[in-house]
Amino acid sequence: MDYTNDPDCKLPLALIVNMPELKENPFRNRIVESFSEDGMGNLSFNEFVDMFSVLSEMAPRELKAIYAFKIYDFNVDNYLCKEDLEKTLNKLTKEELTPEEVELVCEKTIEEADLDGDNKLSYADFENMITRAPDFLSTFHIRI
Amino acid sequence: MPPKRKSDAVIKVEDVGMDVDAVVDSGSEDEARRRAKNRRARPQRKPKRVSDDEEDEEDEDEAPKRRGRKKRAKSRDSDEEDEEDNRSVKSKGSRASRRKAAKEESEDESEDERQKKKKKGGKPVSKQEKEEQNKERKGKTKGKEGKEKEKDKKKKSGKFSSSSSSDSDDPSLSEGEIEALKEQVEEKKKLIVTLRNKPWRMKKRLVTLKEAQEFVEKFEGALGKGKGRRLYAFKVMMTKKLIKFKRDFENFKTACIPWERKIKEVESHFGSSVASYFIFLRWMYGLNLVLFGLMFGLVVIPEILMGLPYGSIPRKTVPRAEQATAMDFSVLFDFEGYLKYSFLFYGFYNNERTIGVLQFRLPLSYLLVGVGIFGYSLMVVIRTMARNSNEGGDGAEEGEFTFSWKMFTSWDYLIGNPETADNKYASITTSFKESIVDEQENQKDENIHLRRFLRVLANFLILCSLGGSGYLIYFVVKRSQEFANMKSEDLSWFEKNEVEFVMSLLGLVCPPLFETIAELEDYHPRDALKWQLGRIFALFLGNLYTFLFALFDEVTAKLESEKAIKNATEWALKQYVANYSAHYNTTNVPPPNVHPADVIRGPCWETAVGIEFVKLIVSDMQVTYLTILIGDFVRALLVRYLNYCWCWDLEAGFPSYGEFDISGNVLGLIFNQGMIWMGAFYAPGLVGLNVLRLLSSMYYQCWAVMCCNVPHERVFKASRSNNFYMGLLLLVLFLSLLPVVYTIMTLSPSFDCGPFSGQEKMYDVVMETIEQDLPSFIGNIFTYATNPGLILPAVLLMVLAIYYLNAVSKGYQQANLDLKRKMQMARDEEKNRRNNKDSTNQVMKDLEDLLPDKSLIPPPVEEEQEEEAPPPEVVNKKGSRSPKVKPGAAGKGVKLQKDVSLAAPNPKAPVTRPPGPRRPPPGNARGPQPGSGRGRGRGGPPRE
Repeated sequence: MDYTNDPDCKLPLALIVNMPELKENPFRNRIVESFSEDGMGNLSFNEFVDMFSVLSEMAPRELKAIYAFKIYDFNVDNYLCKEDLEKTLNKLTKEELTPEEVELVCEKTIEEADLDGDNKLSYADFENMITRAPDFLSTFHIRI
Repeated sequence: MPPKRKSDAVIKVEDVGMDVDAVVDSGSEDEARRRAKNRRARPQRKPKRVSDDEEDEEDEDEAPKRRGRKKRAKSRDSDEEDEEDNRSVKSKGSRASRRKAAKEESEDESEDERQKKKKKGGKPVSKQEKEEQNKERKGKTKGKEGKEKEKDKKKKSGKFSSSSSSDSDDPSLSEGEIEALKEQVEEKKKLIVTLRNKPWRMKKRLVTLKEAQEFVEKFEGALGKGKGRRLYAFKVMMTKKLIKFKRDFENFKTACIPWERKIKEVESHFGSSVASYFIFLRWMYGLNLVLFGLMFGLVVIPEILMGLPYGSIPRKTVPRAEQATAMDFSVLFDFEGYLKYSFLFYGFYNNERTIGVLQFRLPLSYLLVGVGIFGYSLMVVIRTMARNSNEGGDGAEEGEFTFSWKMFTSWDYLIGNPETADNKYASITTSFKESIVDEQENQKDENIHLRRFLRVLANFLILCSLGGSGYLIYFVVKRSQEFANMKSEDLSWFEKNEVEFVMSLLGLVCPPLFETIAELEDYHPRDALKWQLGRIFALFLGNLYTFLFALFDEVTAKLESEKAIKNATEWALKQYVANYSAHYNTTNVPPPNVHPADVIRGPCWETAVGIEFVKLIVSDMQVTYLTILIGDFVRALLVRYLNYCWCWDLEAGFPSYGEFDISGNVLGLIFNQGMIWMGAFYAPGLVGLNVLRLLSSMYYQCWAVMCCNVPHERVFKASRSNNFYMGLLLLVLFLSLLPVVYTIMTLSPSFDCGPFSGQEKMYDVVMETIEQDLPSFIGNIFTYATNPGLILPAVLLMVLAIYYLNAVSKGYQQANLDLKRKMQMARDEEKNRRNNKDSTNQVMKDLEDLLPDKSLIPPPVEEEQEEEAPPPEVVNKKGSRSPKVKPGAAGKGVKLQKDVSLAAPNPKAPVTRPPGPRRPPPGNARGPQPGSGRGRGRGGPPRE
């Protein structure tokens, strides 16, 4: 990688995901993917900077909420539907919950946050929920 | 595929962005326009600027500041040179146009800002409108000149400043112009500051940033204050420093909380219920540290430092008869021998009114500290309870987003350490399980009559067994009194130890029995724990009762023997004096010259009581630690390693690993504390011993629970306030206050040991001080204050105050409840409203579906619809429902089903389980079929 001669080069996902700040994060692939322009997780320098700028402490809540939504939206359809939630939950708990429990949790989550009754969370729902979360700001940031 | 995906991504960003930041759409338009202008205006400088800006961006993010700033300064210089060149080369006209462009840009920009402030989206306002608005604003701020004039002038000023910016400051600029410029510059600066807050791709940000910076640079030069950037950099640096400082301070504060990490670790694996025990233990440790400080600082250390040394007076000397064995371990272990005559116990303290150069009144201090310990404990317990109840909640979640918050905010993105990450996984899983248990409890549909019957039955059974064991205890104690009158040779071993035997048997049998009976009740585990605690507490009260009973027997016996010894010594002394004066024929009798070890002394019942308490604490500690070692550790070892060669599965089967016994441990702690409170007056060293005990059990139990226990089957969330524990503690405090106060007020202290020897009653010390050392009017006040005529009204007043406050707090509680209910209702209503709209929309939708087949309309039209759709979304984002959320789509909402069935019989879906067929599968929603567009449910009619 010769950055000086070829500033347009991109880092592959596998490389970025292994940096110590992301290594332990269960959503590391999603984080990198949602910041990459090609959606495959290859980051140019700008995107990389963008990523850590959003995840920095200085970034405001609204911005973080947008990217959090993108991160948790596994199947990139602009909605958090049940399968997104299931994936999130399984990543969070290392699949230690029984399928029934997962089902219950996902149902409850949608029931709580879904304001428009379409059985999935749109960004408006998500934002409404996340702006009231007490520790969203303190947990959704990375220091480098 | 890649290009497609890319455009998708862009769309996505804008989609998402629009909801938050209404400007994005119009912003991007402006952006494009601006970019075009830029390209026209000065294409030759672009690449350089970009790199420069990248430099800046990097700097803002995290790069070493100094180097960045230096470079920036340099680049700015070169920029300025460039600028000059440009100016000389270019014609005036082109310059003017450039100015104009810049101005317009800034206007757009300011518009952006305003729009953002208003949070009002809508279609991108046309340029004309914008200018209008801008003018209006200008007019407002200036308020004196006409709009048109103003506009012209501004344009002119633009020219002026451009032509005159080469000479640094131009006095010909009017005030108004400078004002306007300043405003624009401020706006640009604001843009630079807020740029990072916009959800744009980096490229776009860079371009915007570059323009804004250029603008600021130029005009700040014109206005003669070029420090903007440096100031900005300084500000950013300071904010960062401040944040870092705050963070470090927070970390420091957390690090100052003892055992926080240990407890967190336990909590992450065993749930908050087990952690609540350790938090309680930590709290208790803090309390005991303060008691220890009081006791040692005001009583023990002054006596050791300033009092008479060991061996100087009888009470500080081991009697001759005991001296031979006084240093044996077995004797010391029973707290006899040297330990008995040490500062650990009441008897050691001298009754001199003042000691040392400081004239320290030790006896007074002893009494006040003894009482003060109770006062302080009471205050702290009650204050903690009050604070905890402010925090509120019995542990049940009252937030509306329990699961959502757990799901989306529980992972801490800062975690970079595998071990921490494992703990975090465990804790997240545990907390989910806790919430699931709560939820399941809520969902449990119960046969209320059966449940009530079972609960009454269980309580009846438990009351029976409690009554039975109470009677048993009473019976055994009575019998033991009879035995005490008999000769000990006639009694068998069992008869001698009957009380202890029965007590430990009850302690062994009853708790599991209660637990089994409690199964009938089928409470939530949190409530079950409370019931269990209460019941075992009642059982343990019997324990306390027998102990105190035995103690009082002992004390009365000691008091009697003491009386005899006192008479004997007084008699001996009198005789000695008589003999001496008869022999030497003098009234000036020196005190008898007897070695302190040989003096006849009384039994000193206070020290005896102190020894009882200390022994009890020590044996309790041994029992607890051994139980943990054998019951948990050895069991875990056996289960773990014998499992390889055993005929059934030990780990999953019968013995299994132990669970952490919350109720037993909490009650152990509480009763232990009760013993400390009772014993501290008679054994000042007890508090120090207890501090050691709590410290060691903190580490020991943390280790034991982590290494040999398994989490409970149903991990449940403990109540956030430990108020139930605190309540029990308060009760025990009150119970232990009684005997101590009783002894202080009624029993007369020993005549030859302790700080109160020679007094009729212990509290006489206070009277003496008041009479002798304080001015007389205080004594008068005291007599008035103790007058029943004053006390009774005071008590009455207090009762009234309590009643009033209680009523007020009830009122507040009710109001609180009402508000909560209202909030819940409001939320439900909102949900319903949305859902109802859905259902009405459903009707509309159905009607729409009946229209000629939409899917036959060529996709481009649909695309256009799609394009038009977003703005309204933005507009009523805050308001009611945005159109993108389409009908009925499988409402899971409470009312929805009913509404659907009311609204229109939906032929496509069974009402019982609305499947939402309208939604295209999310995976290929944005795939090949353009009609189904973006999963908005706006596509063609559902096909079945």
